[in-house]
Amino acid sequence: MNDSSVSTRRRAAMAASDPDRPSGLQRTFGNAMLLPGWLVRLTLRRLITAVALLFVVTALTFVLVSLTPGDAAREILGLNASPSEYDRFRHQLGLDLPIYEQYWNWLSRALTGDLGKSLYGPDVAASIAERLPVTIWLVFGALLVSLILGVSLGSLSAIRRGILGRVVDAFALAGFAFPAFWLGVLLIMLFAVKLRWFPATGYVPLAQSPGEWFLSLVLPVAALSVGGVAAVAKQSREAMLDVLDSEYVRMARANGTSASSVFFRHALKSTSIRVVTVLGVQAIGLLGGTVVIESVFALPGAGSLAVTASIRHDLPMVLGIVVYFTMIVVLINLVIDLSYTWLNPKVRVR
Amino acid sequence: MSMASPVSDVADVADPGGETSVSAQSPRLLRRLLRRPVAVGCVTFLALLAGIAIVAPIMLPNVSSEQAGDLLTARQLPTGGHWLGTDTLGRDVFARLMVGTRITLVGVVEALAVVLAIGLPLGLAAGYFGGRLDRFVSWLADLAFSMPAIVIVLVVLSVFPQNMTAAMITFALIAAPGLTRIVRSATLPVREELYIAAAEVSGLSRPYIVARHILPRISGVVIVQASLLAGVALLVQTGLGFLSLVVPAPAPSWGGMIADGAKAIVLQPWLIWPPGLAVALTILVLGLLGDAVRDATTEGWAPPVRSGRRRPLVTSVESDRRGLSPECGSGRSQTALLSIEGLHVGFTSGASTRRVLEDVTLSINEGEAVGLVGESGCGKTTVAMAVLGLLTGSGQIEGGRIQFDGRDLGDLVERELREVRGRQIGLVSQEPIVGLTPVFRVGWLLAEAVRTHHDVSRREARARAVELLRQVHFADPEAAARRYPHELSGGMAQRVAIARALAGEPKLLIADEPTTALDVTVQAEILDLLRELQVKRNMALLLITHDWGVVADICDRAIVMYAGQIVEQAEVRSILQRPLHPYTEALLSASPNHASATECLSVIPGDVPRPGLWPTGCHFHPRCGYATSLCRAKAIPLELVKFDRQTRCIHHDKMAGSAPGTVTISKNGL
Repeated sequence: MNDSSVSTRRRAAMAASDPDRPSGLQRTFGNAMLLPGWLVRLTLRRLITAVALLFVVTALTFVLVSLTPGDAAREILGLNASPSEYDRFRHQLGLDLPIYEQYWNWLSRALTGDLGKSLYGPDVAASIAERLPVTIWLVFGALLVSLILGVSLGSLSAIRRGILGRVVDAFALAGFAFPAFWLGVLLIMLFAVKLRWFPATGYVPLAQSPGEWFLSLVLPVAALSVGGVAAVAKQSREAMLDVLDSEYVRMARANGTSASSVFFRHALKSTSIRVVTVLGVQAIGLLGGTVVIESVFALPGAGSLAVTASIRHDLPMVLGIVVYFTMIVVLINLVIDLSYTWLNPKVRVR
Repeated sequence: MSMASPVSDVADVADPGGETSVSAQSPRLLRRLLRRPVAVGCVTFLALLAGIAIVAPIMLPNVSSEQAGDLLTARQLPTGGHWLGTDTLGRDVFARLMVGTRITLVGVVEALAVVLAIGLPLGLAAGYFGGRLDRFVSWLADLAFSMPAIVIVLVVLSVFPQNMTAAMITFALIAAPGLTRIVRSATLPVREELYIAAAEVSGLSRPYIVARHILPRISGVVIVQASLLAGVALLVQTGLGFLSLVVPAPAPSWGGMIADGAKAIVLQPWLIWPPGLAVALTILVLGLLGDAVRDATTEGWAPPVRSGRRRPLVTSVESDRRGLSPECGSGRSQTALLSIEGLHVGFTSGASTRRVLEDVTLSINEGEAVGLVGESGCGKTTVAMAVLGLLTGSGQIEGGRIQFDGRDLGDLVERELREVRGRQIGLVSQEPIVGLTPVFRVGWLLAEAVRTHHDVSRREARARAVELLRQVHFADPEAAARRYPHELSGGMAQRVAIARALAGEPKLLIADEPTTALDVTVQAEILDLLRELQVKRNMALLLITHDWGVVADICDRAIVMYAGQIVEQAEVRSILQRPLHPYTEALLSASPNHASATECLSVIPGDVPRPGLWPTGCHFHPRCGYATSLCRAKAIPLELVKFDRQTRCIHHDKMAGSAPGTVTISKNGL
């Protein structure tokens, strides 16, 4: 994964080393364009990947579905429906069309933002939009906790090694070993059932009551972020050790830079390049983690919607969720790439 | 957690992978691994687990289909009859845990097999053949990293309900490009090696070369990745089991048992522990195994000093200075700007201490330029670092005294030392580019240095930064200020470093081999600049170098160091005329500045002895042509032979009486 980003970044670096060659886009728009070239290029590349990805994934899903016996009409009507009733319903759903036509119909509507209706009635886009905030708050919260706690723990253990360093190492190992959903159950038992500090399950929208909203998110975010904290702490510890050992930190100190400036400016900004990379991977991981965590805490999010849709063979809904989640992942990757490039002047094209 | 990111924790192994694999050799890897108790323990645990997975369902055939046990004994804590208690339906938890091992591990093995079957060959091919295939594989990996793995798995499960194999294969397909990428980057350096080219020339087929010559070399990396991926696959399998998506009830699986426990969390909290710990322990073992393999691969490759050099940021400096004893002193320090007396420095590793500086005494007056000369490894840089209180790692001042401008630096705490650094004494190092923090622009770095030493506004600091750049001869200082360090040439970076060292208007500038890393044409430019600044600012200069030409050009006085000691100290002119220490004489005759076109450049035979291996008596006697038995007998003191002329040689009279070069250094061994 370091590695994954490396290749795109290496390409960016190569582009950076050749400042005389304007990008196609720059040639088209000229230098009057305000956005820097690297930003436009990165964004475009990510968007193209996103489009290709959505196309491939949804097409594959259609093919998969066509290969399996039974279909949505049978699923909804049950086995007792008469053949004529069944055929009529199939026709109504468009299931009697060839698979490529079905896909084309779905795709042309999806492009206009219409993801169709769930087999069980409700509009797919509306259902997802309703549930997405829960998932996004979860991921955002867990990411924030991972970042703050992870970087603090990792840096602290790098500065004062010894016992603290070993504790962070042990925590990193444990954080990776215990599944988030198991930790979730444990947290419910401790803080909801025994201590009654937080609600065990359920979600309160932010608009309804900010206080209760916060309380309802504490335990799920905690369970979800343990792995992230561990990964970020480990990575930032190693990065910090490397940086503190570097010639530029030695020279900064030799010329009188204060310890706090050495740490908070020189070292922290340099390590952030590596931390951001891990954070991106974690963000994508956390997004997947919500699927299970939302089930543990009975949160009405997109993740649990995905599980329900999967169990009920609700193809339109599943497709819609795939579209949304893929777009979120692409967005995360884009943000990570941009902040990586912003933090690391070496890969930036001036 | 890391459920949907099959490759999330490979990040930390990814970078060493490239290089370490090169030094790894697979038969030795296995042997090294077996020497590690942790690795043996991990392998034993995994073998035991595999044994349980095979045997348990055979020995306990009814457990998988048991809908309910004895409901009267439901939810029991561990007893003699039920080692791990019973679940909500009265079934034996231990039996279910054992039987559930199979389905859980089968899922992991399925995923791992597919990842290896796809990722390994693709990675090897991409690394070995490169070109279009490499680009395609890289594109594939980009694509896979943009997929929300778990959601895709859910799609597959909606089409193939309760089909674990389909789910795990889907997961593996998305995870495989991650492995591909790591295998590829591990293959690249091996591919470049000579013996691979030799194998190609000798006509071996390419698949054969890949299988027999490259694969064994990268096995360490592959095993590390496999153990990490197995851990992630286990998390995915149990996660899906927890959601009852892959193992139909009543068959037990670890994830399913956690789900059962979660449902009864109020009535019987114990139930989540056995399966939870089973999962955690297995992942822990896989992680430890990966670490052990990585350590075994990097064994003998990682520089052992590294751990020692990593020391706390703040505390090391205070401990460095503990050894300073204030007793010894002399009258010289009143006039000198910097005076070092009887300085001893040692590096501690474990119980032993290696001494690197022994009885170093020197002084620098205000506005004076002093050259500190000697071969690499003599301790020149250590002197500079000791003065600044910045000895790295376990370095400690064990005795002696460092006075600067009337103050004993040994009495200062870290905060006070910081006032000395930069403001009293500036430092310029030999590696200019890496000495500048890469993420900041030159202007920012200089403005920060200005603000460190002067209480000025940001705007003012910025203006002074630009002014400093002008003083170090940047034609367009504004443009230079906007550059990042990596956009500078070596000479430009060195001028920036000098500007930074000047920001605090120090009274002494220590330049540690400031031209070593630079092109010859740039060297003169930097030296001229140093000389100019030194004169203009009436600043003292301690120039660390091994180049006599530089010393002759710039310095008033020269101090020669050998193996942790100062061996000679004199005015530059007199030392060049007649060195009074054989080492100085040898150094001078080895200097290209002295050589004429016709004669061969002489070389000092032998090497500088490493710290801790110094000979008794005179440190130079094994390489010295003047050496007598007296030189070997006891330590030689630094002796004042003339006014302001010191040497650590008992034969200095003999040398003074003869013309330089008449007594030649012995050339044995050449």
